Amino acid sequence: MEEILLSIRNITKNFGEGNVLSGVSLDVRRGEFVTLLGASGCGKTTTLRIVSGLETPDEGEVILDGRDVTALAPEDRPVNTVFQSYALFPHMNVEKNVAYGLKVRGEDKKVIAARVKDMLELVQMSDYAKRMPAQLSGGQRQRIAIARALAPQPKLLLLDEPLGALDLQLRRQMQIELKRLQKKLGITFIYITHDQEEAINMSDRIAVMRGGRFEQLGTPEEIYDRPKTRYVAQFIGRSTILEGTVRCVGNETAVIENANGWFSVSAKDALLKTGQKAEVCVRTERMRASRTPLDVFGLPATVREVRYAGGSVEIFAAMKDGTEAVATSDQPLASAPKAGETVYLHWTIGQAAVIGGASYDA
Amino acid sequence: MAGSKRKKKRNLFSPIYLTLVLLILYLPILMVVVYSFNAGRTISAWQGFSTNWYTRLFSNGLMKDALVNSLVLAGLSAALSGGIGTLGAIGISRSHFKFKGAVESLATLPMMIPELVLGMAYLALFTGVGVKLGMGALVLTHTTFCVPYVFINVKSRLVGMDPAIEEAARDLGAKPLRVLFDITLPLIMPAVISGMMLAAAMSLDDVVISFFVTSAETTTLPLKIYTGLRSGGTPEINALSTLMLAAIFIFVGLSQLIKAKSDKMTSPR
Repeated sequence: MEEILLSIRNITKNFGEGNVLSGVSLDVRRGEFVTLLGASGCGKTTTLRIVSGLETPDEGEVILDGRDVTALAPEDRPVNTVFQSYALFPHMNVEKNVAYGLKVRGEDKKVIAARVKDMLELVQMSDYAKRMPAQLSGGQRQRIAIARALAPQPKLLLLDEPLGALDLQLRRQMQIELKRLQKKLGITFIYITHDQEEAINMSDRIAVMRGGRFEQLGTPEEIYDRPKTRYVAQFIGRSTILEGTVRCVGNETAVIENANGWFSVSAKDALLKTGQKAEVCVRTERMRASRTPLDVFGLPATVREVRYAGGSVEIFAAMKDGTEAVATSDQPLASAPKAGETVYLHWTIGQAAVIGGASYDA
Repeated sequence: MAGSKRKKKRNLFSPIYLTLVLLILYLPILMVVVYSFNAGRTISAWQGFSTNWYTRLFSNGLMKDALVNSLVLAGLSAALSGGIGTLGAIGISRSHFKFKGAVESLATLPMMIPELVLGMAYLALFTGVGVKLGMGALVLTHTTFCVPYVFINVKSRLVGMDPAIEEAARDLGAKPLRVLFDITLPLIMPAVISGMMLAAAMSLDDVVISFFVTSAETTTLPLKIYTGLRSGGTPEINALSTLMLAAIFIFVGLSQLIKAKSDKMTSPR
């Protein structure tokens, strides 16, 4: 058994109005949960449709289980899709929907019945076998769409924003269930979402897409803690981005200076050189604001607004040139800095990331 | 209160307006229906209730022939236009070519072309090519002007359908032809049937085009009414009109019902 189940290489796709995909490559391991994350129009759905065969790439190839399937029709690929709109067959009941993939394959009736029963049990919808799709709620349709796609035992399951139409609470519950299902069945998932929280919670690896390319490909931790580009830093999580020039590089820390003052980042594996320009990303929950200056930081800012954020307090402060920073404080609202006060921004040195240069150490 | 008064006035306006419009629309038709039950011969003075004219109508052999002709014609042209219109709608909605818009307009244009022009054109064509006038010619022409009704109905249904439904079927392993029979056709069938109902209704009451392409031996109900009126008009014609009206109402009503029912099935709650 090969380790890599799916390999897409240098995929390019153009619908006549510029490239939707320009050279996308991705290797997906067996049993892996890979998420394509990006804003709408970034090419994530097109990538998925090329894997399923519903779209043909202009260039590049799709290798599934060691076989080139680029020219294969969707019905001939051992890949199934859970569509964003669920796309249940409205004229068939739940049971027939789930059975369809097995029926067209010409499976024995008994085999189909048993498999449908298993699938409905798996998604906890056994009581709804005879219902029509129009009689189901959004969450129930979602489960049937998953059961239907899983029934033919695909090598790879593609999910196109499957939870996009559900309300927040149901979405959280389905995230957990989906992840559990994936682990239990050991099926490889390629998952599309524009919700960064969903991506971080569920994935083994995330590919952040932008303008038809992969901006960064890595584990949720890598993506969150060591963003390679400013776009990734801003798209995932909330953060303050500081620009500056490297003033000196020591063994442990490097000091960066800009118009607002100076601050420190870890020098480990950051490859920073004195005189170089650098962008630093500090996550909102890791940014601190104290009333007194700290030794390796000199970043004064004026508090604009203080907000209670449930369990913690968020401090919005403007630096000298007007750049806004958001810091978190664990103090109660009453004792937190007030609007108009001067605070000094700081963080644990290892917790800031030099964008593209990776200076985070855990 | 001034406010509530104003509200009352506005509430009165729309029902009165609506009643008036409906009255103007349907009063003449209602008159025909009422006078078909008139005991007297005139079509202007009421002389008591009677179903006499209906009895006479049904015992009239010529009328029976006309009825059979009309039904055969409506059935055949609805069936033929059902097939042609459906295939056309599926084909057009699947393809993307340069003059798609133009082709679509051309396909629906016969609805807009004056019937008189169409009738003359068919007559000229049939005599030119040597097609015998009569039932065959009638079926051909009726099918032609019925196709747009099916085409438009089915096409709007296809446009409203989530393309992912057919994609899902292919994704699950069905070949295109299988998708057509398992998914597409069952889903558009209500539109096909309702289109065919409309087509039948259109065929059933056509006078102008039929007038041009029929032969002396073949006559249809609307033609019968037309010629009957020219020779003075009898309550018998009123009775016939009433029956036709009922038939049209049933066809159009069924068409709407099927459409509404299927919309309910496919549209999410």
